[in-house]
Amino acid sequence: MIRTNGLTKQFPGPKDGTAILAVDNLTFSVDEGQVFGFLGPNGAGKTTTVRMLTCLVGPTSGEAWVNNLRVGQADTEIRRNVGILTEAPGLYDRLSAEKNLQIFARLYEVKDVPGQVEKYLRMLGLWDRRDDLTGNFSKGMKQKLAICRALLHEPKVLFLDEPTSGLDPEAAKLVHDFIEQLKSEGRTIFMCTHNLDEADRLCDRIGMMKQRLLVVDTPKALRQRLFGRKVVFHVKQSSPPLVELIKSLPFAHQVQTADNKIVVGLDAPEEQNPIIIRKLVEAGADVQFVGELRHSLEDVYLSLINGK
Amino acid sequence: MDKIRTIIDKEWAEVFKNRVVLFTVLFMPLFFTALPLVVMYAMRVSPGNSDIMDMPPQFTRICGNLTGAACTQYFTVNQFMLLFMMMPLAIPVAISAYSIVGEKTTRCLEPLLATPITTIELIVGKGLAAAIPAIGATWAGFVIFVVGARFLVVNPGVLTRILDPMWLIAVIVIGPLMAVAAVAMSIIVSSRVSDPRTAEQVSMVVIVPLLGVFFGQMAGLFILNTSFILVAAAVLALVDAGLVYLSVGLFQRETILTKWK
Repeated sequence: MIRTNGLTKQFPGPKDGTAILAVDNLTFSVDEGQVFGFLGPNGAGKTTTVRMLTCLVGPTSGEAWVNNLRVGQADTEIRRNVGILTEAPGLYDRLSAEKNLQIFARLYEVKDVPGQVEKYLRMLGLWDRRDDLTGNFSKGMKQKLAICRALLHEPKVLFLDEPTSGLDPEAAKLVHDFIEQLKSEGRTIFMCTHNLDEADRLCDRIGMMKQRLLVVDTPKALRQRLFGRKVVFHVKQSSPPLVELIKSLPFAHQVQTADNKIVVGLDAPEEQNPIIIRKLVEAGADVQFVGELRHSLEDVYLSLINGK
Repeated sequence: MDKIRTIIDKEWAEVFKNRVVLFTVLFMPLFFTALPLVVMYAMRVSPGNSDIMDMPPQFTRICGNLTGAACTQYFTVNQFMLLFMMMPLAIPVAISAYSIVGEKTTRCLEPLLATPITTIELIVGKGLAAAIPAIGATWAGFVIFVVGARFLVVNPGVLTRILDPMWLIAVIVIGPLMAVAAVAMSIIVSSRVSDPRTAEQVSMVVIVPLLGVFFGQMAGLFILNTSFILVAAAVLALVDAGLVYLSVGLFQRETILTKWK
């Protein structure tokens, strides 16, 4: 659905004309119906990438396809097929919510303008406020209205730039639920975010970038790739012989202990956990709990971006 | 055409809710139309001792067989012709300064640029939204002026001259050309400033040549006649072409998003 090959963008420098590399040799793909999270620090090139994929700025080199349409060759058609939630809602404050949507519905060549406007205003809970000026809306309401605007023409591909930035938890949850609903409808969603929990919860795959794409994979695979799989064995009374026993197993690595927990690095916990439990029980240990140690996406992010 | 109409509809719905713009669009034409009528009324009520010999010699030739009072009235009213050329300059500047810079500062331009509208449709829509009220107000003002003048002229010959080709070309041809220049200038200025009032003030530089003509005529350096107006229209058309070329070059999606300050 979205595919890039060596996508690069340089901007001329402000003073001496030295080019500023915003996006460097970006190659990735997003399948139909996937939610793809795009993570990276400020200035990493996320917004520039979205702008290139929505044909707002042209790439310096490389190629990109959105919905099987080539960027740079079918720009108007691509814009007709994608929806975008820009970083700032960018609504007309002196116009009502309904008028804001009507304008964009007409620009997106929507056939049933009143019907689509009503559909999305109701869906996002703004129908009763349709006649109010958007200048009087809260930040959350503006964001919801901007999401309505991005969906009026029923795009197959949706670009969301910081969809929950600055929203309170309740409004953010509503947006999250709505993204999940859009995903269930089979839409492809490309989402830039700084909210790592949001990315972890919503995204099928994640790309982390800092000018260059550092890594692309599922959140789970990213954790495994960076930190491996670790299992925590809670025993009633830990002791050095128990730890030594586990260390002696050929498949166990990075064995650590703290309090009554023994943390063991394993490649295939599904097969190896029962063996360890059996050994511990045979050695007289009371095994209370067994669980997989989950690294947060934040750990992955910081490890990749900052090398921590 | 649908998208152009949508842009015009949007611009008018938004910009006319701005009191500053509304004041400019309504008050300026009213004032500029009323001013010459008031002067004509004063000259009709108290014509004074006007002698045709007091007029600049170039002008007496234009007056032809008009009486002294009629020639004086025509000479005076002729100074106000420039007001009808000033309206289509000032009104679009006010509208487009708010519609383009305002939209830039509130970050409304990016969602708009992300729609399937072409750059030409967008620029034409915004341009027409600024130019149509200006041209409409100018022409409406001129019609009101002609109707009022019908009752205020000291001699029917003055009215005939107000409706001669010079005045008509000035209002019907130069007016819209002025509006185009003003819109193009606003777009150029909008790419460099981030405040609508600054944009309006800087864009008003387009009015300077017109003021030069106004004061030049007042000082008797030259007299506006049909040839002068025709040459002015031709020059203005060329200037418009240059300004439109520059503004279209600046009003590209990538330029707006990455280079506009």
